Amino acid sequence: MCGIVGLFLKNPALRDRLGSHFATMLTGMGERGPDSAGIAVYQDDENGFRCRVTLFHPDAGFPWQEVAKGLSGQLETEVNVVVKGNHALLEADGDVSTVTRQLTDVSPDIRLVGYGKSIAVFKDKGSAGDIAARYGLAEMAGTHAIGHTRMATESDVTTAHAHPFIADEDVCLVHNGSLSNYNRLRGWLARRGMRFETDNDTEVAARYFAYRLQQGADLKEAMEAGLHDLDGFFTFAAGTRTGFAVLRDGFSCKPAVLAETGDWVAMASEFRSLADLPGVDDARIWEPEPQVVYDWTLEHGA
Amino acid sequence: MNTVSLSLTSVRELNEQLRGAPDAGSAPGWRVTDPKGAHAVAAGLTGHVQVQIDGHVGYYCAGMNQHAAITVDGHCGTGVAENMMSGIVRIRGNASQSAGASGHGGMLVIEGNAGPRCGISMKGIDIVVGGKTGHMSGFMAQSGNLVICGDAGHDLGDSIYEAVIYVGGSAASLGADCVEKEMTPKHRSRLQDLLSRAGMERDLDRFRRFGSARKLYHFHVDHADSY
Repeated sequence: MCGIVGLFLKNPALRDRLGSHFATMLTGMGERGPDSAGIAVYQDDENGFRCRVTLFHPDAGFPWQEVAKGLSGQLETEVNVVVKGNHALLEADGDVSTVTRQLTDVSPDIRLVGYGKSIAVFKDKGSAGDIAARYGLAEMAGTHAIGHTRMATESDVTTAHAHPFIADEDVCLVHNGSLSNYNRLRGWLARRGMRFETDNDTEVAARYFAYRLQQGADLKEAMEAGLHDLDGFFTFAAGTRTGFAVLRDGFSCKPAVLAETGDWVAMASEFRSLADLPGVDDARIWEPEPQVVYDWTLEHGA
Repeated sequence: MNTVSLSLTSVRELNEQLRGAPDAGSAPGWRVTDPKGAHAVAAGLTGHVQVQIDGHVGYYCAGMNQHAAITVDGHCGTGVAENMMSGIVRIRGNASQSAGASGHGGMLVIEGNAGPRCGISMKGIDIVVGGKTGHMSGFMAQSGNLVICGDAGHDLGDSIYEAVIYVGGSAASLGADCVEKEMTPKHRSRLQDLLSRAGMERDLDRFRRFGSARKLYHFHVDHADSY
């Protein structure tokens, strides 16, 4: 099964409450995915840092503060660190690729969960409600967020296999469904320089969209290209630093509901996740058509 | 009128109350509030009760219905009135995929649009959709009537048996073994009766009738290439 949710704020006045609204959406899909859950939150670059990196370490007592101090010395710049559960969000005034290269040298067990200029990513095993509480989702501000509750059918239940998958700076994807041609597509992408971290089908789709974006497509064009190259069942929700998009395959057996008001756009596998959003009674609510990309772009800047 | 809020009462408790309710006529009807997309609301009813649901419901609302008259003042998720036996289910908004799936009898009215696979494997139910339907509606439909006042999506009536489909708009494409058939006075009369019972006024001249070419489900050696 699996549940997916996305919330995109059109009204900047709501950004302080993104996390609290999004938490109700994620927990609303808890029954569809009891194995693990994950969130990607696009946040304002309030501190002026050029790089935000979310990291995971299996040891909950891992000395992130020391890592941040070491990184600060190497980069000769201030490094801010926030520790949540097994994750640490590091903010630094440096180039994303330089920062990530330095970090992976520190400990082989550090895994890069998310990276970019605005994205923060947390994914873990357990129920959606527990994970929302563990990572303080309700307190998070931001412009848009994408989340996933997973019922694993295709690969192992680990934090590495939990969605969202981050495939490039600020590029993330969640998926309800299963792909059938992902092994061949993984090889095709690998030959074009894309690197993979898991055997998961959704990671292939995420890298595929990232590859199209790198080639110059915008988010809508990248997802439309996916209609030709991805075979299988899917409802996708994708995010970039300034964009949000939803796409379903032609068969459309995986559910999706969209709702839109003047203040926000919300997507969920089921209406249950939208029921507590402010103004939902007056929202335009519809089921996305098969093979149509629905996309939105921030008008007020990230 | 009995009012039950699903913010205060579980779906299981609601459905137990509805199943134990005396038949309408002597008894008041039921109003259900705050469904918030809950699954299986008013599923498995067996009595002549009247139920009004205020808001959007999730999967399998009014499933397996017998005798009850259920109205949803909102949209509904997958499989509304699936395997319905009798009674009437009315959706004031839109319905997601597989509406009326496998239904044996009674009437399902969707005043808005229906998603893919509306009336899949229907076995005697009458379904009237005020708007359009998604792809593969009427798939393997065995008997009953599917009235689509708007447009029908791709592969309408694929592998259809003896159900009858009426379309007021256009069909994007017909599925295997589904063909257009003549709109006879008898069929016009039946369509008028279906629309009247659904409470819809439509121009009968706009409707076309579709049904089975009967080449797929009877084995015939001349059609071996089609199997």
